[in-house]
Amino acid sequence: MTRTTILSLPTEEYVHPGNRACTGCGLGIAYRIGTKALGPDTIVIVPPSCLTVLQGLFPVASTKLPSLNTTFACTAAAATGVLEALKAQGREHTKVVAWAGDGGTADIGIQSLSGAAERGDDFLFMCYDNEGYMNTGVQRSGTTPQGAITANTPFKGKLQQKKDVAAIMIAHGIDYVATASAAYPLDLYDKIRKAITLKGVKYIHIHTPCPPGWGYEARYTVKIGELAVETGYWDLYEVELGEFRLTGASAKALKKGTRKPVNEYLQAQSRFRIMSPEQAADVQARVDAKWSTYSGGEGC
Amino acid sequence: MHVIETGNVAAALGVRLAGAQVVAAYPITPQTPLTEKLSELIEAGEMDARYVPVESEHSALAVCIAASSAGARAFTATSANGLLYMHEQVHWAAGARLPIVMCVANRAVGAPWNIWNDHQDSISQRDTGWIQIYSCDHQQIIDDTLKAFRVAEATSIPVMVCYDGYLLSHTYMPFAVPEQEKVAEFLPPFQPAYALDPSSPANLNTVTLPEVRLDVHGELAHGYMEIRYLLQEDLRNAVQVVEETDAAYQEVFGRGGVPLVEPYRCDDAEYIVVGLGSLTYQLRDVVETLRAEGHRIGVLGVRLYRPVPDAAIAAALQGAHGVFVMEKALSYGYEGALCSDLKSALYDHLPDKSEAPFVKGLIAGIGGREIRTADLADALRSGLAGSIPDPNWIAIQL
Ligand SMILES: Cc1ncc(C[n+]2csc(CCOP(=O)(O)OP(=O)(O)O)c2C)c(N)n1
Ligand code: SF4
Ligand SMILES: [Mg+2]
Repeated sequence: MTRTTILSLPTEEYVHPGNRACTGCGLGIAYRIGTKALGPDTIVIVPPSCLTVLQGLFPVASTKLPSLNTTFACTAAAATGVLEALKAQGREHTKVVAWAGDGGTADIGIQSLSGAAERGDDFLFMCYDNEGYMNTGVQRSGTTPQGAITANTPFKGKLQQKKDVAAIMIAHGIDYVATASAAYPLDLYDKIRKAITLKGVKYIHIHTPCPPGWGYEARYTVKIGELAVETGYWDLYEVELGEFRLTGASAKALKKGTRKPVNEYLQAQSRFRIMSPEQAADVQARVDAKWSTYSGGEGC
Repeated sequence: MHVIETGNVAAALGVRLAGAQVVAAYPITPQTPLTEKLSELIEAGEMDARYVPVESEHSALAVCIAASSAGARAFTATSANGLLYMHEQVHWAAGARLPIVMCVANRAVGAPWNIWNDHQDSISQRDTGWIQIYSCDHQQIIDDTLKAFRVAEATSIPVMVCYDGYLLSHTYMPFAVPEQEKVAEFLPPFQPAYALDPSSPANLNTVTLPEVRLDVHGELAHGYMEIRYLLQEDLRNAVQVVEETDAAYQEVFGRGGVPLVEPYRCDDAEYIVVGLGSLTYQLRDVVETLRAEGHRIGVLGVRLYRPVPDAAIAAALQGAHGVFVMEKALSYGYEGALCSDLKSALYDHLPDKSEAPFVKGLIAGIGGREIRTADLADALRSGLAGSIPDPNWIAIQL
């Protein structure tokens, strides 16, 4: 499939500048690019999260797409509701896109997401993963990585592993599951464009660095996102009709056969400040083990 | 056309007549047969709607909230813990001003588990901002369900139609089915105030501040408090809408006349028993028995419980010497919720407080405990003699 370049991106903006997200917000990048990929004939569903705040406080809206704010647990069910109403009215051309944080996806929202995926309801579910409950002040979530200090894992850091939501969605046997990163907007753009051509629930999980939550200077958001991918800590892939394929920078890394040390990523963020060298080595070992299972990819 | 069917089927037929476009539900006894019936009608092509078999009640109401926000007529039904599991969404639907209709086949709530009838489930939702109607028989169930859609759409407030689990939901009774041809005259197609639409985008239910705020055109927009005030004001005005809807229904279908309260032999009554749902029909027998013994007693069914038709209640009770409120639920830590509401209505509306009737609360049928007509009569006999039973839970055995 033809790849989008920075020059071929639509110039139409759906997210106004000057919104309420923090400076350097990874979600801000992903949402701006994502809405370009979705285009104007779209309804978004948003649970409470940083995206609620980004979209503006009543009566001011910072996005141009119609948006339904829902309760925290029900994002996917609400997407189903909009979808069914559109069908009942013969308005199927409009795309329905749920856009939730990691908490709203991996934790409190997983029941409704799993239900919708099992039913095969026809919408796109975007999870932006800032690896914590940022809206409520950076508490741990199911996708917070092991070792990260958060407001409620204050001294020891999170003790448990990150929940792999994309794998859970793959296990649902849906047509399309992809991972992406705010640092690679064109890869994200192409994945959304592909997802919206497929049937049933499509799931895209985006790594979205968060300066205040992760502890780095706002200007390094893209750098941090890139390091996550270049070290192999976060991978860009898609599973289309059951077929796994690394994409973009991850595919390149596989071809090259080398990755930066994970420590470069960990040490750039203060949330990992209490990690011991042994713990960091353990993370590296797990990344290496994961990468030893990868082969093929789309090439570059 | 008359049919002999269950209360659940009566509700389902009402939903079909109303032309609900999106139905979402999750099984729970004793509601289940209602939404099973709808799935059957929809799959058989006898009803043009979308049926969504969701994975929880929280999602059932989420689907309805979203479908209604996108301009479709939406329906769900539940009971007991299903309704409690929805609670967050029950508030949300009212706050978002969506004309959703939900049937509640009333059932006791856990713990401990109990699948039988009482009213604790819907009574515990009374402060959510929904309109609550209690149907007393199968005819009222089908008529109220159809009327509920018109009331909801006229007020932009969701409506709960409550009827007794098992006693009504599972029993077979004859009732008249309104003619589909006449429905359009009573209930025109849904015209939402706003529906999600990319050609006129809006950001619905977003964070709304404590204070009023200028919009981008420099006009003052409501704060949270104004939005909530309007819900309260519109709910209060909904008493009249419920009455008007009933009058319109009577004109088209020839049935109705008791939208707020339903009195039975109250005209000359010295004593009045007040309650909700099918219990008030059972009490008619008791009233006949006690009248034969020389007591001037009547029964008043409260049909509209939220908003409280306080003026109608007070007017119906004015002149009575004593009132017994017989309830299948209570506000734990105090008394039956209807009993408190009724005292409040009397206090507000009776000009001369010294002429106010005494009000005594009685609790019956909790968790489906059999309500024997003889026990009701005995409890009221002692009440008429000046002392209600202690404890005031009828047929309790400690
Ligand atoms: C039922 C419920 N529980 C808790 C909350 C409080 N709450 C609002 S946003 C949020 C965290 C959101 O985390 P996530 O989904 O990861 O989005 P982020 O804020 O990180 O963007 C929480 C816990 C809520 N609104 N509703
Ligand atoms: S806390 Fe993080 S995710 Fe939320 S707005 Fe700020 S940078 Fe973005
Ligand atoms: Mg988060």
